[in-house]
Amino acid sequence: MTTPDPSASASAAASPSAVELHGITKRFPGVVANRDIDIVVKHGQVHAIVGENGAGKSTLMKILYGMQRPDEGRIVVNGREAVFHTPADAIATGIGMVHQHFMLADNLTVLENVVLGSEPKGRLGRIDFDAARGRIKELSSTYGLDVDPDALLEELGVGDRQRVEIVKVLYRGARILILDEPTAVLVPHEVDELFDNLRDLKAEGLTVLFISHKLDEVLAVADEITVIRRGNTVATVHPGEVTARDLAELMVGSELPTPETRESTVTDEVVLDVQGLTLRTPDGRALLEDISFTIHSGEVLGIAGVEGNGQAELVESIMGMRHPAAGTIRLGDVDITGWSTRDRREAGIGYIPEDRQRHGLLLEAPLWENRMLGYQTVPPNERGGWIDRRGARTDTERIVGTYDVRTPGIDVAASSLSGGNQQKLVVGREMSGLSKVLIAAHPTRGVDVGAQAAIWDHLRAARAAGLAVLLISADLDELIGLSDTLQVILRGRLVASADPSTVTPEELGSAMTGAGDQP
Amino acid sequence: MNRWLSRDRLNRAVLALAAPLLAIVVSLVLTTLVLLLGGYSPSKTISVMVEAADRPRTQTQILNTATLYYLSAVAVAIGFRMNLFNIGVDGQYRLAALFAAAVGGAVSLPAPLHVFVTLLTAVLVGAMWAGIAAVLKVTRGVSEVISTIMLNFIATGLIAWLLNVDRLAVPVAGSNNIGTKPIPPSGQVPGISLISGSSVKVYGLIVLAIAVGIGYHIFLGRTRLGFDLRATGLSEHAAVASGVNVKRMVLLAMLLSGAVAGLVGMPELLGASFSYALNFPAGLGFTGIAIALIGRNRAVGMAVAALFWGFLDSAGNALDINRIPKEIVIILQGTIVLAVVIAYELVRRYRIAAEQRRVSRELATVPAAEEVPV
Repeated sequence: MTTPDPSASASAAASPSAVELHGITKRFPGVVANRDIDIVVKHGQVHAIVGENGAGKSTLMKILYGMQRPDEGRIVVNGREAVFHTPADAIATGIGMVHQHFMLADNLTVLENVVLGSEPKGRLGRIDFDAARGRIKELSSTYGLDVDPDALLEELGVGDRQRVEIVKVLYRGARILILDEPTAVLVPHEVDELFDNLRDLKAEGLTVLFISHKLDEVLAVADEITVIRRGNTVATVHPGEVTARDLAELMVGSELPTPETRESTVTDEVVLDVQGLTLRTPDGRALLEDISFTIHSGEVLGIAGVEGNGQAELVESIMGMRHPAAGTIRLGDVDITGWSTRDRREAGIGYIPEDRQRHGLLLEAPLWENRMLGYQTVPPNERGGWIDRRGARTDTERIVGTYDVRTPGIDVAASSLSGGNQQKLVVGREMSGLSKVLIAAHPTRGVDVGAQAAIWDHLRAARAAGLAVLLISADLDELIGLSDTLQVILRGRLVASADPSTVTPEELGSAMTGAGDQP
Repeated sequence: MNRWLSRDRLNRAVLALAAPLLAIVVSLVLTTLVLLLGGYSPSKTISVMVEAADRPRTQTQILNTATLYYLSAVAVAIGFRMNLFNIGVDGQYRLAALFAAAVGGAVSLPAPLHVFVTLLTAVLVGAMWAGIAAVLKVTRGVSEVISTIMLNFIATGLIAWLLNVDRLAVPVAGSNNIGTKPIPPSGQVPGISLISGSSVKVYGLIVLAIAVGIGYHIFLGRTRLGFDLRATGLSEHAAVASGVNVKRMVLLAMLLSGAVAGLVGMPELLGASFSYALNFPAGLGFTGIAIALIGRNRAVGMAVAALFWGFLDSAGNALDINRIPKEIVIILQGTIVLAVVIAYELVRRYRIAAEQRRVSRELATVPAAEEVPV
C-alpha cells in the first residue's frame, strides 16, 4: 500500500529538512498508536498530515512537541538529532504548537497572554511590557497576523484568538509550527484568512505542520501531504497530483476485515423515530438543524460524517443529555422528547459513548461497579433501591467471558485495562440490557483488529435479534459493512443518504467533506 | 475463592494503611524538629501524652470529643464523595444546635419523643442551612466552597442575634453567661459509664454517632442512590451519561451533609450542656474536614482518625502542666493533615500504576494462541 516517496530522498540530499521523523513507534497498552512512521518536512513548506480520527496523528505531534516519548525512532530537527523530554525542549529547538483548544486567559489582554510564561524582564525585575508590545507588533506586521496587543482577549473572536496563539508561539522563537486541527473551530471565511496567514508564514521561511482530516482544506493549503492510517505512514503525495477522492481512499484503505452484513433483518416495526430535531447553542447558532430519521427493529442506521459536524450533539440529544429547541423523539409509540436520561435508559436505549474513558467508565472503580453504570436502577444490579452486589458481579463475570475482556478479575479498576478491553466491557454492558435501541458512537475506535471483529459479530447478532442501532463511525468500511441505511451529516444537517450495498468508501468520503457529488 | 485472603487484597490493605502511617511518621519527625528547636525533649513530650491517655478521665474525654468529630467528619465526607466541599458544617451544626436547644427546652414530651423531636429539629435546621448553598449552586452555579464559608459567618451573626434574652436566651443562673432554657430531664440522653474510674460519663449519643457511621457506609456502598453519588464524584460526565441527574444529586448530597452536620452538637447538648450557651463548642466543623481527609472518607478510617484527634486534643492538655507548650499539638495536627493529603495522592497514583502493571503482567502469561494480532 505504501507508495514510494521520491520527494523525501531528493530533499535529504539538498539542504537539511526542517523536521525528519524516522521509524517513530509508540505503543500504549494494547494498541500501537504509531508504527515505524517516516516523515520528512522541508523548510518553508506547509506539510499536511491527514488521517482518520484515531489514526495516530495527534500522538505523532505530541511526540514531536515533546509531550510524549517515542518507544523507538529518531527525530531530526534542522539536520540535528533531537531528544525531547518536555515541550520546553521542543520550544528551545524552535518548534511551537497551536493546540486545537486554545490555551488563553480571557481576562488578560493579548499582550499579557502572549508574554505569559516568558515575560521579558526589565529593570528591577519588572516586566518590560513595552519591549514585548513592540515585538508583538513586529511579528504581527511581518506575518500579516493583524493582532492588537492591547485588545482584551474576551472581546476577540475565534479567528483572532487563533492568531494570538500563533503569535504566542512565534514570540517564543518558533520556526516550525504545528497546527492541530486548526480549522475545526473556524467558520469558512476564517479558514480562508488562516490559510492566507499560513502562506505569509511560509513566505517568511517558516515551516508549518498542518494536521487535519478535512481533505479539501488540505488540498488547498499544503505543499505536501502525508497520509496516516492505523498508525502507519501510508503515502506522501503532492496536492497537484491527487484528488480528494484519492486521499480519502488512502485514508480509509481497504485491507481491513470487512464487517459485511448483507442479509437484511430490517422489519417494518419503527423503534426510534426522530423528527425535526433542532439543537442550538445558547447564542442561537444551530448545532443540529431539522434532523429526521426512523430506525426499525433489526435495522442499523449508519451516520457518516467528518467529526464535529453534529454527531456528538445528535447522540447526546437522543440520550437526553442535551435539550433540543425543536423536534420530537419517539421510542416505539411513546414520545420521549421530554424524558430524562435515566428514563430513556430504563425504557431501553443503550449507549456506547464516543469517549469511553470520559463518558462510559468510572476509571477508578472496579469492573463490576462499571457493569452497573447506566444500569444501576435495573436488575441484575439493583433490587428495591439496594445494590445487588452478587447479581452485578455474576453478570460482570458473564460479560468478561462472553465479550472476551482480558482481565485477571472483576475487582481490578477499569483504568488498568487496555483501551480495547475497556471498550469490550462497555459494549458488553450496553448490549446486556433489554435494550430496544443501541446508540453506538465509534464502537470500535482504538481497539485492535481482533476485538473489532468480535464487536462487529456482537452487533450483528443483536441486530438479527431485533435491536435497532444508530451507528456513528469514522471508519467508512465499518459504516458501509454494518449499516442497512446510511445518512451523511454535514454541518448539523442530514445532507444525503446512500445505499450501503452500492456506495464505495470514496463516494461516501466525498459526500462527508462536501467535496464530491452526492453518491 | 478465598478472595478475602488473596495476595491482591493483602497488597491493597497494606497500601491503604501505608498513606496514613507515612503521614504520621513524617509529621512526628517534623514535630520532633520543632520541639528540639524550642529546647523541649521530644521523648518527654510523648511520654507525658501517653501517660495522660492512661487516665480514665482522659479516655472518656477522648471518646466524647471523638464522637463530635466523627459526626462532623461524616457530614464533610458525604460532600467529599461527590466532589462537594461543604466547609459550612461549622455554621450548620451551631445553628442546628441553637434551634434544637430552643425547641428541646420549650416542649415537654415523654422521654423518647422529646429526644426525637430535638434531634429532628437539629437535622432539619442543618439540612436547611446547607440547602441554601445547594440551591445557590444548582440554580445559579455559585461555588459551594464560597457560599458555605459565607453562610458560616451569617450563622455566627444569626446566632448572636437570636441568643439574646429578648429572643431565645435566658440568663444562666450564677453567671453572666446566657443560654437557651435548659432541656428538662425528659429530653436528656443519659451518659454511659463505659470507662470505670472516671467521674465523667461517655455521651449516650455515641451510639448515634456509630449508627450514623454504619448508615453512611451502607448508604454509599449498598444503595442505588449511594452509587449515583459516588459515580458523580468519580466522573461527572460518566454519571450524566449513565442517567444521573447531577443537579438533584448536588441537592441531595448537600441536604444529607447538612442533616448529619445538624447532629454534630447533639451529644454535647443532650448529654452534657442541656442548653446552647455562649460557650457551646465551636469550630468542630473545621476539625471534621481534617478528620474526613485523614480517614479517606471511609466510615472506619474516620472513626480511627477521630479517636486519634481526640487523643491529641485531650492528651495535649497535660503538656502545659509539664511546661511544654500544648500548641505543639496543633503543629502536629496541622502537619498530619498536610502530610496525609500528599501521601494519599502519592499512594493513589502508585496504586493505579501498580495495578496497570500487574494486569498487563498477568495477561502476558496468557498462552500465545490467545493473543490477538494488533
